[in-house]
Amino acid sequence: MSLGTFKGGAHPYEGKVLSENCAIEELRFDGEYIFPLSQHIGAPAKACVQVGDTVLAGQVIAEAGGFISANVLSSVSGTVKAIEPRMQVSGFPVMSVVVESDGRFETVEGYGQKRDIDALSKDEIRDIVKAAGIVGIGGAGFPTAVKLMPKNDDAIDYFIANGSECEPYLTSDYRLMLEEGERIVGGVKICLGLFPNAKGIIAIEDNKPEAIKHMQELVKSEPRISVMQLKTKYPEGGERQLINAVTGRYINSSMLPADAGCIVHNVATLLAIYDAVAESKPLIEKTITVTGDAVATPKNVRVRLGSSYKKILDACGGLKTEANKFICGGPMMGQALYELDCPVTKPSSALCAFAHDEVAENPTTPCIRCGRCVAACPEHLVPPMLVKAANADDMEGFEKIGGMECMECGTCSYVCPARRPLTQTFKQARKKVAALRKIKAAEEKQRKEHEEAAKKEAEKKAEEMKKNETGKEVPSWR
Amino acid sequence: MALNEDKKLYHVSSSPHVRASVTTQKIMTDVIIAMLPATAFGVYRFGIGALIVVLATVAAAVISEYLYEYFMKRPITITDGSAVVTGMILALNMPPEIPVWMPMLGAVFAIIVVKQLYGGLGQNFMNPALAARCFLLISFSRAMTDFSASFPEGVDAVSGATPLAVLKAGGEASLSDLFFGNIAGTIGEVSVLMLLIGAAYLLIRGVISIRIPAVYIATVAVFMGLFGGRGFDLYYIACEICAGGLIFGAFFMATDYVTTPITPLGQILFGVFIGILTGVFRVFGASAEGVSYAIIIGNIVAPLIERATVPTPFGKGRYAEITKKLMHENTERGGK
Ligand code: SF4
Ligand code: SF4
Repeated sequence: MSLGTFKGGAHPYEGKVLSENCAIEELRFDGEYIFPLSQHIGAPAKACVQVGDTVLAGQVIAEAGGFISANVLSSVSGTVKAIEPRMQVSGFPVMSVVVESDGRFETVEGYGQKRDIDALSKDEIRDIVKAAGIVGIGGAGFPTAVKLMPKNDDAIDYFIANGSECEPYLTSDYRLMLEEGERIVGGVKICLGLFPNAKGIIAIEDNKPEAIKHMQELVKSEPRISVMQLKTKYPEGGERQLINAVTGRYINSSMLPADAGCIVHNVATLLAIYDAVAESKPLIEKTITVTGDAVATPKNVRVRLGSSYKKILDACGGLKTEANKFICGGPMMGQALYELDCPVTKPSSALCAFAHDEVAENPTTPCIRCGRCVAACPEHLVPPMLVKAANADDMEGFEKIGGMECMECGTCSYVCPARRPLTQTFKQARKKVAALRKIKAAEEKQRKEHEEAAKKEAEKKAEEMKKNETGKEVPSWR
Repeated sequence: MALNEDKKLYHVSSSPHVRASVTTQKIMTDVIIAMLPATAFGVYRFGIGALIVVLATVAAAVISEYLYEYFMKRPITITDGSAVVTGMILALNMPPEIPVWMPMLGAVFAIIVVKQLYGGLGQNFMNPALAARCFLLISFSRAMTDFSASFPEGVDAVSGATPLAVLKAGGEASLSDLFFGNIAGTIGEVSVLMLLIGAAYLLIRGVISIRIPAVYIATVAVFMGLFGGRGFDLYYIACEICAGGLIFGAFFMATDYVTTPITPLGQILFGVFIGILTGVFRVFGASAEGVSYAIIIGNIVAPLIERATVPTPFGKGRYAEITKKLMHENTERGGK
């Protein structure tokens, strides 16, 4: 069987052995749970509870603040202790609802009630997903309900379940496929109900043969769903690369997957969809991997959203050696942590603790133009050229050679023998370009308004002149 | 272990947080290793003098880099191995009997003038070793082209011609002599076999890509077939490929990272370009050689080639076309 893949990429040390055989363990904690109002892409949610209110697990505590936004739900029962900025993994404080758990984990009414999926209309399904506060898990946190609403449901011909888990060290998706495979398939089936012409494909990297076998077994009697093996390579699970590997199609930065007839969801997100739709369980808990060579007992754990990473790490036996780097997420795209006392949010997928900080230990040297980054960039970019443009502050040039196509995947920085901080440079440059674009758009708008005003003025003048000429009041519209 | 008792902040940096194990130093070490078979053969063929030339040239390169950086108060970078590589390539381009101070002077020129004055590693626009070789060829053309002492026993040294010159004059060369290195030439270029062993090592280690050497050699082969005056006579073309340092140039000099295009298409065009130049020099030039000059000229136009060959980003241009076509096919199939 030929393996689906894309051009470029790299093979970082996988590190999955640390935790791949650890069954998912449930962890619950006492004390504070923190729910930032912005844990997704789009507008922040608006808090709809007050300090002192008692809340239940599964209760909406902040409502979506726009179309591209998501509800935030309490994952525990207890009292709202504060609504104030709290430190996040990003290193910045974000306005959050803080709930002091009462330790009883009481849920809202109807939580866990089974629903008859077939009886639900498409709109009902989308509304449930929306209300459940589900956002893309393991990715950037794009609101899932929005992703399930393409312009034309019939134009979707591929529904891809992303089980590639190409980030090194991460094993939570793998464990979910092994332990919760039925529900993931259930999630795929629910989504296929929305897209009548879509083929369901569960895409898994070939370094997870057990998961492939298990999922194949589960979809045996599903005519619309199949399992596809992908070559193990980073970033196979990147949305654009995954679509390419599965369908041969290409999407660029200005396209949505739906523009190429595809919808992609992570397997963990599909599980959340199934739980919400079929079992009335909104997104209040998630499975993350706690791993790295400094962790005493690496584990896959199911935790309530809002739990502190510090408590989670303690529950995994703490550290066995001094850790020099903590990462929320995987080593390729994760966020390094200033401090551990930050809450688990919807998109988080892992906590890694490493004894060595490879970045600090590998000082940068001059670029030798070896071309490794060019060969590895999954977006077919030429990093040294982009760096040149970015360093010269030539944002136009940066855009012209494809800078905005960069998806900040880190592959170029990973392969660089000179350890150039390429990805970092591109992140900054892309921010700058985005800001410039905004300014430009605003200016453009202003200019248009100006022009419009001028035009009106001119028209008025012309009218007046006409009036003077004819001496009569004959408005032109008569 | 207790966690963050004193609330200290942990190390942060931008992702990715891991690095591949390959470093500049490891790459340079691989290049040095790849040149060892040819170097060893040179010493075997031409004697201890050749070894002295190699060692002295490498030493001159490394020491001049050290001194320059020391006096300019720059970080000392001699451990990255690039100066050793430059010295070695230059030495392997020397006739075995050259007075040793000449390649040493060349090494100083390569490091100081061609490399460091342009900003050090990665900034030079010409291959330092090659530029130095051309500098020496112009300055000391007699010594640089005198191969009389390097002729194998039993070969008529008086005629003083290299196999390439013999070929050009309409004579015959022995392919097996060329292949195994039983010819006159510079220290490192004579044995095609030894060079190919080194080249294979570089390819297997992923240090170089096959693009430039393959296209370069193929272009020379086609060019000589067309314009060499003997048609596509395979034996003749094989001799042209094995002679005149083409193999050495193709795998060890035309693949120099810094001075060749970084884009895949650019590398192919670069190979064609220097291939044609080499052919032109061989057929129409005054001397039969041409590899060094061709690569040097290629180095100079490399930035232009590179700028003109920026690949289409993923999902743009022709990729968008592919997507459209695939989606169209799918709707057609669905319609049936
Ligand atoms: S991988 Fe690093 S050294 Fe090589 S070309 Fe890219 S930036 Fe330069
Ligand atoms: S970070 Fe950007 S430039 Fe680097 S490999 Fe990824 S997409 Fe390419």
